[in-house]
This record gives sequence, C-alpha cells and structure tokens, in this order.
Amino acid sequence: MISVKRATLDELVDKISQVPDPEVPVLTIADLGILRSVVDGDDGVVVTITPTYSGCPAMGFIRDQIMAAASSCGRPDTRVEFVLSPAWTTEWMSADGRRKLTEFGIAPPQPVAVMMESSPLAIIHRDSIQCPNCDSLATEVISEFSSTACKALYRCTTCSEPFDYFKEL
Amino acid sequence: MIDQDLDLVIYLVRHGDDNLVLGQRLGELVSYMPELEEDIAVANVGLDHIGAARNFYSYAAELEGFGRSEDDLAMLRDEREFTNAVLAEQPNGDFANMMARQFYYDAYQLPLYTSLADSSDERLAGIAQKAQKEASYHLRRSAGWLVRLGDGTEESHNRMQAAIDELWKYTEDLFYADEVDGALEERGVLPVGAGDRDQFDATVAEVLAAATLVAPSDDYQRTGGRTGFHTEHLGHLLPEMQMLYRSHPGVKW
Repeated sequence: MISVKRATLDELVDKISQVPDPEVPVLTIADLGILRSVVDGDDGVVVTITPTYSGCPAMGFIRDQIMAAASSCGRPDTRVEFVLSPAWTTEWMSADGRRKLTEFGIAPPQPVAVMMESSPLAIIHRDSIQCPNCDSLATEVISEFSSTACKALYRCTTCSEPFDYFKEL
Repeated sequence: MIDQDLDLVIYLVRHGDDNLVLGQRLGELVSYMPELEEDIAVANVGLDHIGAARNFYSYAAELEGFGRSEDDLAMLRDEREFTNAVLAEQPNGDFANMMARQFYYDAYQLPLYTSLADSSDERLAGIAQKAQKEASYHLRRSAGWLVRLGDGTEESHNRMQAAIDELWKYTEDLFYADEVDGALEERGVLPVGAGDRDQFDATVAEVLAAATLVAPSDDYQRTGGRTGFHTEHLGHLLPEMQMLYRSHPGVKW
C-alpha cells in the first residue's frame, strides 16, 4: 500500500499554484490569476477558481489537475468551485506570467481600459504590440479570433512571422 | 420563496436558450466558412455563447431544485419548452445572413449584459460581467462585417441589405417582456432599463448608416419565442442537437 504524507496548507497551495494552463503550459493558474483561493475548512479543502472566458474548455481539465495535485499531497478531501464574480480580467495576470508568455511566443495582453469604451465601429487601437520573435513594434492584426477564444492573430511586418496576442479582457 | 426563484429561473433559461441555440447555429458553420480566420472566429464566438448558456443553465438548474442538470435543460426539453427569441433559430443562410443575425444579437446582448452586470443577484451579475466582455468583441466583428459587406461590391451590398431586411422581423422578440421581467425588476435583479431597446436601436442605426444600408421597415414582427411559440426552424435544430444525448441517457465521457 502506498501512503502519501498529508501536506500542510502551504505545501498544498504551492502545489496547486503550479498547475499549468493546458493550452499554454509555461503559465500556471497562479500566473493567470485563475486561482482565487485555497481554504482548509472543517469538511475539506475548497479551491476556488475563476474561468477566463465563458466557454473556456480548459476549465474542466484544470479542475481535474487541481484534484490530482491535491490527492498527490494527501488531500483527496478537496473540492473545486467556480466563481464568476468578480469577472476574470487580464489585469490579474502576473508580471511573471507576461514574461513567460513572451518567451513562449505569445504577445502578452495590454491594459483593458480603451477597448471597452469606444464605438463598435472603431478599430481597436493597440499601441505597441511587440513581436515575440524579433521585438519589432511594426506589427499588425490579422484577426481578433485566433487559436483559442482568448487570443488574436497578429503578424510582424519585420520578420514576417505570425504570432498570437493574448487579448485584453 | 418558490415563486421568486421561479421568476429568476425562467429568466435565466430564456437567456441560456438564446445562447445555446445561437451557439448551435454557429457550430453548424465550423469548417464551412469561406476563409480560415472566419472559421476560427465563428468557432470562438460560438464557444463564448455555449459557455454563457452553460452559466445560465447551471444557475437555473440549481435554483429550480428539480435535480436537473445543465445538460438536461439543454438536451431534454422540447420545442415548446424552449424560450429563446425566434431570431436565434433562424437558419444560417449565406454569409451576409449569418452576420446580420449575429449583429442584431450582439447589438442586443452587449447593452443587456452591461446592465445585468449591476444586478442585485451576485451570480447573475457575475455571469453578465463575463458575457459582456465577450459580447464587446462579438459586436466589433459583426459590425465590421456589416460595414465591409454593405459598403462593398454591388453583390455584397445587395446580399447584406436582403439579410438585414429579412431578419428584422425577428428582432422585436428580443425585447419581449412580461410579468417575469416586472417581478425581477421590482427586486432589483433586473436593473431598471435592462431590457430596453434604446442602445440597440442606436447601434443598429449607426452601423447601418456606416454600411450604406437602408434601415429595414417595421411592418411585420414575428414574436412568440419567449413563450415557446417558435418558427419551424427550431423543430429541425433541436433533434439534431439533442439526438446523441437522448439516445444515450446519462452518458458521460
């Protein structure tokens, strides 16, 4: 029989914080700001996460990964809950997360403010989206909808490489 | 207490149904769109709608307390029980038609969700906050296409005009309100003005003008969706969507 040492809350939080985003595995759910809290109560541990987009298909998988991490720490008495409010925003992404995104080849999100105010006919003005490959600022948008719900597709006119941009939300 | 929850359940299911049916229509288009970027866009937008539907349904299922799941609500109800506005179930048609339907929905959902984000019901506010951000991206895309097609070639202009004319008659259903809405407004669950059409009308006018399209006439409006009286199209959409789930009740993967 294999016995697993029951982790302390700190060890558990540490382990759960390292659960990677399945789409962008260099980012953890802590980097993304998805992980909201880990509370050790009378009837077990409650991990609270916030979905990024309404239909994000990774949330179920992330939940399973959190459960697996908790079990491996000797805490199978864990459950995962989703909260929708306050709504997840890219503002919650850590500086570390932004750096990792760039290294991975995805341009990190700009501040949210401008986009929400203007008319639907106004082009979204994004200043200085930097090419993650060659650092050039001479980039242009191809489509607001890219490989996943959270990303837009950009092109660098200097090195000609396309790249994903993590949309401000 | 049960009556109060029932009003909110009905309201949640109406919007779950809007998003599910619209999401299903968009899903039909995946791999058929004329260019790759639009195929990806339609999948992403459709996924946003399905996600919103799940959020609305999950909450409704919990509140009604009959032991139904979000899947049961989506897959086990018949046409007369669906309460989406009739606009959602209209067939895809050509690219212009699909975009017109999407544009009308986006112009309706963005101000609605913006308003609902201030609901006194915390969970509904949370659902709306999420959906509102996504609706903003949806509206930019659909408005952009209306302008490109309307102010485009003679053919694109004609098809776009035909599309907005054809679908206009299904838009009044979006603003249907009854005693359910009244009751929720009294409780503050629906902020005052949440169901109003002012912003919708302003957005439609702005975009149509930029697209050099003539505003559609208001002669006839087909309503009834919110109380289960649908056009023929929902009767075809539902079996296709529900068949797998109904063939294998309780299936899990």
